[in-house]
Amino acid sequence: MDNVIEIKDLSIQYATDEGIVKAVNHLNLQLARGETLGLVGETGAGKTTTALGIMGLIPDPPGVITGGEILFEGTDLLKLSKQRLRAIRGNKISMIFQDPMTSLNPVVTVGDQIAESIRIHEKLSRAEAALKAKDMLELVGIPGDRYGEYPHQFSGGMKQRVIIAIALSCNPEVILADEPTTALDVTIQAQVLDLISKLKKEKNTSMILITHDLGVVVEICDKVAIMYAGEIVEYGSLEQIYDQTAHPYTKGLFGSIPDIEAKTSRLKPIPGLMPDPSNLPEGCSFEPRCERSCQLCKEENPPLIEIGNGHFVKCHNYGKVGEGEDV
Amino acid sequence: MIRYIGKRLLMMVPVLLGVIVIVFTIMYLTPGDPARMMLGAGAPASAVEELRETLGLNDSYFVQLLRYIKNVVFRFDLGQSYASNKPVINEILERFPKTILLATLSVTISVIVGISMGIISATKQYSIFDKIATSIALLGVSMPTFWAGLMAVIIFSVHLRWLPASGSYGWEYWILPSLTLGLSSSATIMRMTRSSLLEVIRQDYIRTARAKGQNERVVIIYHALKNAMIPVITVIGMRFGALLGGSVLIESVFAISGLGKFIIDSISMRDNPVVQGGVLLLALSFSICNLLVDILYGFLDPRIKSQYSISRKRGWRRNAQAQ
Ligand SMILES: Nc1ncnc2c1ncn2[C@@H]1O[C@H](COP(=O)(O)OP(=O)(O)OP(=O)(O)O)[C@@H](O)[C@H]1O
Ligand SMILES: [Mg+2]
Repeated sequence: MDNVIEIKDLSIQYATDEGIVKAVNHLNLQLARGETLGLVGETGAGKTTTALGIMGLIPDPPGVITGGEILFEGTDLLKLSKQRLRAIRGNKISMIFQDPMTSLNPVVTVGDQIAESIRIHEKLSRAEAALKAKDMLELVGIPGDRYGEYPHQFSGGMKQRVIIAIALSCNPEVILADEPTTALDVTIQAQVLDLISKLKKEKNTSMILITHDLGVVVEICDKVAIMYAGEIVEYGSLEQIYDQTAHPYTKGLFGSIPDIEAKTSRLKPIPGLMPDPSNLPEGCSFEPRCERSCQLCKEENPPLIEIGNGHFVKCHNYGKVGEGEDV
Repeated sequence: MIRYIGKRLLMMVPVLLGVIVIVFTIMYLTPGDPARMMLGAGAPASAVEELRETLGLNDSYFVQLLRYIKNVVFRFDLGQSYASNKPVINEILERFPKTILLATLSVTISVIVGISMGIISATKQYSIFDKIATSIALLGVSMPTFWAGLMAVIIFSVHLRWLPASGSYGWEYWILPSLTLGLSSSATIMRMTRSSLLEVIRQDYIRTARAKGQNERVVIIYHALKNAMIPVITVIGMRFGALLGGSVLIESVFAISGLGKFIIDSISMRDNPVVQGGVLLLALSFSICNLLVDILYGFLDPRIKSQYSISRKRGWRRNAQAQ
């Protein structure tokens, strides 16, 4: 399988008044064609920053990409001219943004906002683009005659659909969906997710789905990457992550979601907080919260190692004595 | 929308009445006798007394005030100038076109210069251009207009002899005053545009536009500017409103016989009807400018426009409940 997106050793920082926020640190990630990768991590882990990095939309200042490569079909996006990057953005790679309330321009009609992205990448007349934008609206389940309405006339769920329509309007090869459902209530969430996976299957698009909802991951992802303090701590297929969980943080994540079948077991949240990204510990960033931390963990940041066919984990203690007992 | 405008026009009535009462009271309380001013210090007391009687100045405050309001409201009559004996309305209308011209020219200049400098400055934040432009703007805001006007006269009229220094006899006479006035108010507009645009550029929907692959120029002009214009339009509207009252200092420096200079001269001559009429016109043009700005908001921002019709919907609902 060929990789549409391959991120190598990517580091992104924000320079703020309080210091340098290391949002993404030496991140490696692959996305194969047609595949859905779930990028999971708690708030502040650097998920959005990673996606914005791929789009070339890190706000600068304060953000800087300090190193690494982002290969899209073999070419490094970080080395492309602004103009060539614009030809890819919204056309080959598009992003569904996290917050539907603020991601649409309040003074432009929703139809025009969809038609705009079509007209940037396809040589269509205004009328043809408008027609196609209407089709896109209907595709995401909004009547086409609402083309001329403004975002404030739409509900949150409908705005999210409009954002999805914008992202899908040019049949992208890669979709970066940044928590496309967190702003929505549960029933709408399911609808939107169904919609995204349906559209994705029809067009064989690859997708990175950013979420902190493991339930969503199970439903639609092929691969899962667990992100913690700007690093990938575990990466593998859905089965590997769920059945052969290797990293203590991932285990903690599963422990902190309620399980309907095992009603007796109490919710077990991970104690402590994620370290401040402007002041990361020297060793493993999860060490302060880890049950199995050792001296080596304090001193040295573990590398990401492959422990099985495409299953990676970033932990000194993997495979050491005692591993078996808490699986 | 039309109902909204009608309501706003109706709301102007109490404002204007208030202005009439306040200005009338202030002029009434100001020491100095108009009759004495008209006849000169050497005139006999009996003549002054006679004139006071004919002008109605011996009546009580309320009688005078009510008479004035009655004339304005029912006969659109602003009275006669004490100084020239001509109707105040004619005196004002004679000077108003010059004031309107000066206001329009200078506001146009300040809008063009201010907005474009503001855009460049905001999109190239912290660049050399931005630093120079913001410094010049700071200078422009803090520099008194009359001083800038005098400097312009010294440089372009006295030394270079390119443009006439004073009067208003042809188009070339308008260049210096409108440039001085326009450039000095462009500083405020530039600063406003810059800060408002910087605020808008950080918004998520600008990121969405960039994510579509849109080029930066369209992102700024089409997506950001329309959102950033609301505070800028407020400033422009207020500026225009204020200039319609005449720019006293610039009119004096360039000897333009506009409204501002006329009102000031009338104050010192205790020409009460002219002062009252002038201030009333000023209040009226200010209110109309304000209304125009609010209507413009509606065109810029559909959320505001929908608010304009809300009051009507509420009215419906109330009617429905009553039935
Ligand atoms: N514009 C910015 N300026 C400064 N710091 C930023 C900026 N954007 C993000 N950060 C910081 O970078 C880190 C990663 O943020 P990011 O938005 O990528 O997190 P996330 O994983 O998407 O979180 P969430 O699940 O809450 O969306 C955080 O510590 C955040 O405070
Ligand atoms: Mg995020």
